[in-house]
Amino acid sequence: MNLTLLILLPLLTAVVILLMRSGVQVKWSALIGASVQFVLALILFFAFRKERASGNEAQMLFELQYKWFPSWHISFHLGVDGISVAMILLTAFVVIAGVLVSWNVEKMTKEFYLLLVLLSLGAYGFFISLDLFILFFFLEIAVIPKYLLIGIWGSGKKEYAANKLALMLMGGSALVLVGLLGLYFNGTEKTFDLLLLSKMQIPVMVQKICFPLLFVGFGVFTALFPFHTWVPDGHSSAPTAGSMFLAGISMKLGGYGCLRVATYLMPEGAREYANIIIVLSAIAILYGAFATMMQKDLKYINAYSSVSHCGFVLLGIGMLTKTAIAGAVMQMVSHGLMTALFFAVIGMIYERTHTREVNEMGGLIKVMPFITTVLFIVGLCSLGLPGLSGFVAEMSIFMGSWQNPDPFHRIATIAACMSIVVTAVYILRAIGKTAMGPINDRYLLLEDAKWNEKLAAIILIAGIIAIGIAPFWLNDLITPAADEIMHKVAGK
Amino acid sequence: MLNDFLLLMKSELVLAFILFLLLIIKVGKEVTNERLLSLIQILLLGNFIYGFFFIESGSLFGGMYITNGLIAFQKSIISLGIYLISLLFSDWLKKSEHLPEFFILLLSAVLGMFFLISSGNLLMFYLSLELATIPVAAMANFDLDKKISSEASMKMILSSALSSGVLLFGISLIYGATGTIGFDQIPTLLDGSSLQILAFVFLFTAFAFKLSIVPFHLWTADVYEGSPMAVTSFLSVISKGAIAFILLTTLYKVFAPMHILWYNMVMLLSLITMVVGNLFALRQQNIKRFLAFSSIAQVGFILLGLSSHSIEGTSSVVYFVLIYVFSNLAAFGVAGAISQSYGKELIEDYKGLYQTNPFISWVLALSLFSLAGIPPTAGFFGKLFLITAGASKGNYFFIIVAALNMIISLYYYLRIVRAVFMDKNDQPIAKINLDPSTKLGMIICTAGIILIGLLSWVYDYITTLSI
Repeated sequence: MNLTLLILLPLLTAVVILLMRSGVQVKWSALIGASVQFVLALILFFAFRKERASGNEAQMLFELQYKWFPSWHISFHLGVDGISVAMILLTAFVVIAGVLVSWNVEKMTKEFYLLLVLLSLGAYGFFISLDLFILFFFLEIAVIPKYLLIGIWGSGKKEYAANKLALMLMGGSALVLVGLLGLYFNGTEKTFDLLLLSKMQIPVMVQKICFPLLFVGFGVFTALFPFHTWVPDGHSSAPTAGSMFLAGISMKLGGYGCLRVATYLMPEGAREYANIIIVLSAIAILYGAFATMMQKDLKYINAYSSVSHCGFVLLGIGMLTKTAIAGAVMQMVSHGLMTALFFAVIGMIYERTHTREVNEMGGLIKVMPFITTVLFIVGLCSLGLPGLSGFVAEMSIFMGSWQNPDPFHRIATIAACMSIVVTAVYILRAIGKTAMGPINDRYLLLEDAKWNEKLAAIILIAGIIAIGIAPFWLNDLITPAADEIMHKVAGK
Repeated sequence: MLNDFLLLMKSELVLAFILFLLLIIKVGKEVTNERLLSLIQILLLGNFIYGFFFIESGSLFGGMYITNGLIAFQKSIISLGIYLISLLFSDWLKKSEHLPEFFILLLSAVLGMFFLISSGNLLMFYLSLELATIPVAAMANFDLDKKISSEASMKMILSSALSSGVLLFGISLIYGATGTIGFDQIPTLLDGSSLQILAFVFLFTAFAFKLSIVPFHLWTADVYEGSPMAVTSFLSVISKGAIAFILLTTLYKVFAPMHILWYNMVMLLSLITMVVGNLFALRQQNIKRFLAFSSIAQVGFILLGLSSHSIEGTSSVVYFVLIYVFSNLAAFGVAGAISQSYGKELIEDYKGLYQTNPFISWVLALSLFSLAGIPPTAGFFGKLFLITAGASKGNYFFIIVAALNMIISLYYYLRIVRAVFMDKNDQPIAKINLDPSTKLGMIICTAGIILIGLLSWVYDYITTLSI
């Protein structure tokens, strides 16, 4: 399958949206674009499995290489391995759900959908690029749409949040840029090509300098402590689809970059700094969980819990075992689906009750059974109920972590495990107060979900349950790729 | 000989031809401004297109005048810039009482710049620099009824006189130290003696004045603010570009043997320029002053690329100037359209612009993103290549500072984007009726901003020229 399709299709969708006149036309063209993209992602998934089943052991499949700025040793090099395929599937799920959920956006509909499509374009491009320059290009493409989405369609302190997000993410990418230049100039030959760089021996001294730059730079995107502060503000101020894209896709760009670029290319650096990563991510996990306990606003609850959940991703990477890394990728997929669904539900509730304060709600199950059921499912997934995706991912991270026998890793693992209890507390409390209890008279006339909201929720729930009860298909996809990374890190 | 003369100096000759044509029209019978402007636009377009034909390399007058593919391309960038200016500010130009004079002055300044880029001798360099400066000072005074405009002109003429003095002193020192003023001979005679270093410092100071490198930037903001928008854009884009091109030649060819000596100086000045330009831009309320300080910061980036002393350095600087022409002129074009229609030049006035004028809002936003270096606009590629070229010497501390500067600059560019798209305003600027040629200029700029980066052959072409 030709990977450029994944980039060209959003581009085409964007052009079509630009040409459309009425809001309805814009919505439908965005939906059609997202659906075709969804189908493409599924085709990619099955084509990938078929190739692998037929014995194609190449590290990257469907590779493509076009000339682009040859004098800087840049090429438009695309290709996917299991991890990328998993992330593309995630993106496709979240994008289609995001488009469906924003059906009610009336203010500047065209611009809104255009920015959503551009954001998804950045994510797709990022996950399939095998050239660090293009990777960086796509990483930065996604920043400005986020800024505008929050600033124009957001709520609350939207300007502040938008500015904070844009500047912190740009700061992160500035660090990434310096790290990339370090790699470019210090390999045995100048190149931005990921596969070529992975075969080179990069001097240990350079790794020690560039690894933290790249890891922290990408880490900003994925809420690495103490650079997580944009997450609560950004997520809670963004419009529903914006939050879904931010938490579901955009934070995963960072995790993917940490794994694919920082850890894979600089194994010595990764080993050098692994303990610091573990400490920081353990702090993020616990701090995020405890901070969530104090929140009264549903969006803030999910935003802080995202900090905690994304901490697991970095913890998995820092543990440097095959199972943990596979678990980290799974956690990315699982958290992406889950948090997107959570934000979607919060958006649906907010649209009806016009409040996000947990204390002002209650008994919503009586008037909107569908929405509250979805809320239960997503809450249970978040606290790690077996049978849903959260459990699978966290479980494999813990199992991978436990493979490190020394006390330091054990203590970090136990500390991270404890957060699950806290998660259970805040999730159950929030859901309970929202759905159960006596209903406020104001809410008696509210309606349940409409077709578009139901469809969005069902698509995401399907993903969550598919991972939860049959994790092997995702595991089979990720493990060989994680193996390849570990192989390099272990230096064998 | 005559053949050579006609062929090698073809771009200057065409320009001089247009200049004389305008003079004849001026003394001849009355022509309406609209028709004259259309004629000028067509002539300038022809001039730009003609620049890509009959490109030869060679030298004239015993090495005083040099030309080659790269120099021809640099001249084409300038031709493109003046063509865009004639389009973007057509509203203002049509209402001007002295339209022919404006273009006569502008074209003589451009003629000076062409000779400047082609100069192969310090004397030629000095003469053409003066030719490129003095008409601009007269242009700065073109808002004849505004006091601030004459103040700008006065400040400009004084500061450029000072810098010319410094330059002459530097040239005389170089002549004293090496006994020659030819660009070919100087490098062979440079040995890094203290007199030569002193001469270089004086020479560089003159460049610093013209490029408004910190700490020689103080005239910039006042002059920009006072001049009419068309002149401000000419000053900040075309003049800067031309000086950057000749600085490229001077550093890479003439002072190549002293590379180790000037590397640290250029690097340090680049950082100071970036930081100071950015910090001052943060607080500006007037859009012209704002663009003035942001252009100072951009010059810092140009210096960063210049410091590398390599083919990458040459090509990335030329490439960046090309992109800078599109992005900065688009920003000035929008600011000029607003200022021409409603006389508003404060960033505060831009609040809610998107509601009434979506087209120019997008043009403004794209140009600001390009200036800030955000993909997929061309500015991203331009800045990234400058930084990469600067990093080739392995000075990562400087690179980190430069990268952090991109964040500061993003902050203030986003301030305008925020005012335009997000802030609420009960009385936003009303709908502006754009002149068709202004619109055309904006569309060309937008196309340039989007395409120059994505089409990598533009950069490859510049690289092949730079070798």
